[in-house]
Amino acid sequence: MGEESKVVLHGMWSSPFVKRVELAMKIKGIPFEYVEEELSNKSPLILKYNPVHKKVPILVHNGKPVCESLLILEYIDETWPSGPQLLPKDPYQRAKVRFWAAYIQQLLTSMARLFNDGKEAQGKALEEVHEKLRNLEDGVKEFYFPEGSISPDHVLAEKLGILDIMMSATLGPFKAHEEAFNVKILDPEKNPLIFSWVQALIQLPVVKQTAPPHDKYLGLLQFLKQSGFKF
Amino acid sequence: MDGEVILLDAYASMFGMRLRIALAEKGVKYEYREENLPKKSPFLFQMNPIHKKVPVLIHNGKPICESLIALQYIDEVWHDKNPLLPSDPYKRAQARLWADFVDQKVHILGRKIWSAKGEEQEAAKKEFIEALKVLEGELGEKPYFGGEEFGYVDVALIPFYSWFHAYETCGNFKIGTQCPKFVAWAKRCMQRESVSKSLADPEKVYDFVLILKKHFGVE
Repeated sequence: MGEESKVVLHGMWSSPFVKRVELAMKIKGIPFEYVEEELSNKSPLILKYNPVHKKVPILVHNGKPVCESLLILEYIDETWPSGPQLLPKDPYQRAKVRFWAAYIQQLLTSMARLFNDGKEAQGKALEEVHEKLRNLEDGVKEFYFPEGSISPDHVLAEKLGILDIMMSATLGPFKAHEEAFNVKILDPEKNPLIFSWVQALIQLPVVKQTAPPHDKYLGLLQFLKQSGFKF
Repeated sequence: MDGEVILLDAYASMFGMRLRIALAEKGVKYEYREENLPKKSPFLFQMNPIHKKVPVLIHNGKPICESLIALQYIDEVWHDKNPLLPSDPYKRAQARLWADFVDQKVHILGRKIWSAKGEEQEAAKKEFIEALKVLEGELGEKPYFGGEEFGYVDVALIPFYSWFHAYETCGNFKIGTQCPKFVAWAKRCMQRESVSKSLADPEKVYDFVLILKKHFGVE
């Protein structure tokens, strides 16, 4: 069904939402064309394919657009069932994965507040990020670190799933965020499991290839911050 | 067979209503447990420690939180009766997108209508009507959002109809006259027993909103 098909991903190189989709496509081994869109100068195609939200990423499959990154990930898993299963088959496991994927999304929103808020409010935003990391640390224990193990053995390119994708795209570039805002986000002592999970992920070739270049990304964050941009 | 199914809910919760409708559509027998909001029970904190919200679906002792996640769970477990999501991946993505729109727009703007004042409230009223008109556009001439059959987006959206009276009273405006197509669709849904039995009485919803307003110190 997905054999002879045309897939185009409209994205922006710095967007973690876009990175999720890029990673999913590469993990599944699906060929696609990538079109870089500019934040300030959205092409008419974006407005045509996503009239309600007017955002990237948009995955256009045989001319039909799919929007919203998490929905695109589910679409990819359902349309191209071969290759690694992005979501488990069991309905209860699926519900848990969907829950934590949505929670990692909320973590990203808290990280954006870290960016948006002025120096005074930043303390509160950072506390919010740390609280979410604590919850995530407890929540994913049973998934990826059974019996209190500290090394995520499952982190192999053939077995990556939605939560690995979310973590790579959201926390993969954490060093750039820490440098840009001069804060500590991910502490190996406070979040040992998440720290080791992220470290394992960012070593993988597929994640390395897809990640935004550190210096370029840091430069962008600093530039946006200086020009008063808000996420 | 079905196993033990408990729905931890609150009468006026539009999110809880979604699950009541879905369980009724699937003919699943379940135990309904009412939370006395805004007070929250230790059991709720135990079942939903992260968000501490209703509804929580508890199937054979295992909790599923977040109404749209629980809705998909119900559809997947009891997949042979009245499927809510279509089988085609593209149509499923569309259905999920519109359900997400309901959460992002209808819910959030609706809440502002009863909890905000002055300019913020006026802006919320205007955007709320605009959101309903976008939904009317998506519905088009179809009887339901999914087409000929009652489905996922209909379940996600119809509970908000029971909140219209509260929105109208708090916002001092009329919704139905501005969105007649929406009302026609809502009345069609109300003809289904699963919906009419699951939706809260609009007067009781308004009473609940008054309790919330007092609790949050609004006005």
